[in-house]
Formats: sequence, structure tokens, C-alpha cells
Amino acid sequence: MNSRTTVERTSDRELVARRTFDGPARMVFEAWTKPELIMRWWAPTSFGISFLSCEADVRTGGSYRFVFGHPASEQPMAFFGRYIEVTPPSRLVWTNDEEEGGAVTTVAFEEKDGKTLVVVHDLYPSKDALDAAIASGSTGGWPEQFEQLDDLLNTLGASV
Amino acid sequence: MVQYSTARLDASFAALSDATRRGVLEQLGRSDASITELADKFHMTLTGMKKHVGVLEQAGLVTTEKLGRVRTCRLGLRRLEEEAAWIEAHRQLWDARFDALDRVVEELKRKEKVDE
Repeated sequence: MNSRTTVERTSDRELVARRTFDGPARMVFEAWTKPELIMRWWAPTSFGISFLSCEADVRTGGSYRFVFGHPASEQPMAFFGRYIEVTPPSRLVWTNDEEEGGAVTTVAFEEKDGKTLVVVHDLYPSKDALDAAIASGSTGGWPEQFEQLDDLLNTLGASV
Repeated sequence: MVQYSTARLDASFAALSDATRRGVLEQLGRSDASITELADKFHMTLTGMKKHVGVLEQAGLVTTEKLGRVRTCRLGLRRLEEEAAWIEAHRQLWDARFDALDRVVEELKRKEKVDE
């Protein structure tokens, strides 16, 4: 599958994901800031997880709380934090407070010729914190239940 | 496809540009060793060997662990592979998300056209 998403570890503490979307920045920004829209893409169905609730008070100082369910887990999983900066339609910054050593996520929306480049930048408090996230096997804050991730994706890839 | 930043590749190549450091990697490929053992083997001072190991560590080629007063060095390649696998899994997550986001953006565009 040809993919346009790139992810790289740009330093000891930083991880960057990029993708270009075919639409103006204000539209892409809207999809990141309206709970009813966030719910439609943030938890990919191919990962077997689904939103139980999605609260996002998207303004500087506002907080968010995403709660997910997964068939392999009895306990719902909550991800939460605070928006440090909200600048429509170009910048969003939030904290990830569900665990210690969580990253600060900055999302930049850069529009050019009607398309928008989205850059998701995770800055961890230390090299150890990012190394720990990697060693725990969780991806971008997903808990260990998703170790079957690769299998799932391989199955998915084979059926496409 | 996993992407490594230029800075990290530079660090790896710089680390490998030195004959002693290549020797240390070869040695660690056979067995883990302490800094003292490596210094002896390569006829170097402890400080000199510490520097070399530090460069290899920075490049992610070697990991060290201090147990009591002994610092043991081992090849970091496995860790690098794990990191590459994790980054790929992370990329697949974002890719799946972004595919879904693509569809949302498409829909918003269509809606706007209708509303115009």
C-alpha cells in the first residue's frame, strides 16, 4: 500500500508525523477540533478500538478527555490533557497527562494551493521518556493491549 | 518505510568512521564486555575507551548498563531494530487515522459546495 504518512524520530526527545490533506487548513483544523468530527477518525476502526466518549474543550487552557473501549480490554482507557495553545487554523498544542513522561503534542497546519500539510510533533520531557514509550511497546500512547497491532495490520494489509 | 533523520544517520556514520570503534563493535558482537576489558583489549586508557563507547552509545549502536562499579557494554542493534519496528507501528497508526481524516475532509468539502 502506498502511504503518504511519514514518521521519524527527529531527535532523542522528538517524534514527527506528516501528511498532506486535500483541503484548506480551516477545514482540516475543524476536523481536529470538533468532538463529533474527531470521533470519526482519531480511533481507526482497523485498530479495533472505539470511542466511548469524546470531550474536547478546544481553546487555550481547555481540557480534553477521550475514552476508548477495546474488545481485549475490560477497562475503558482514558486519554486526557490540556490545550496549551489553540490558534485557528494553524496551530494546536496539547499535553498528554494520562501517564508520567507524556509528550507535549504540537500540530501545525500549513496550507498551500488548497492543500494542507499537517505536522504532528511529539516532544517528550526526556530521552528516557521517549525510550520508555518505545520499550513499553505502546504506540503513541496506546496501551500494551495493542501488541497484536502488527498482526491486525498485516491481516488488514493482506485483505486490501 | 521507516525514516531516520539525517542527524541520526550522521551520528551512526561518524561513530563507524573510527577503526577502534569498529573493533569495539566487532568485539561486542562476540560478547558483552566492561569498559575496563575493552580498554585492556585495545591498549587504551579507561578515559579514552569511555569516549569511544560514548560516541557509539550516542549513535545508538551500543548500550551500556552500570552494575555496581562495572559498566557493561553490549551491542545496541537489537534496540535499534525494536525502535524501527515501533516507529513503523506508530506510522501505521497515524496512517490509518489520516486515511479516516481524509474522508472527513472530503465530506466537509462536499458539504461546503452544496451549501454554497
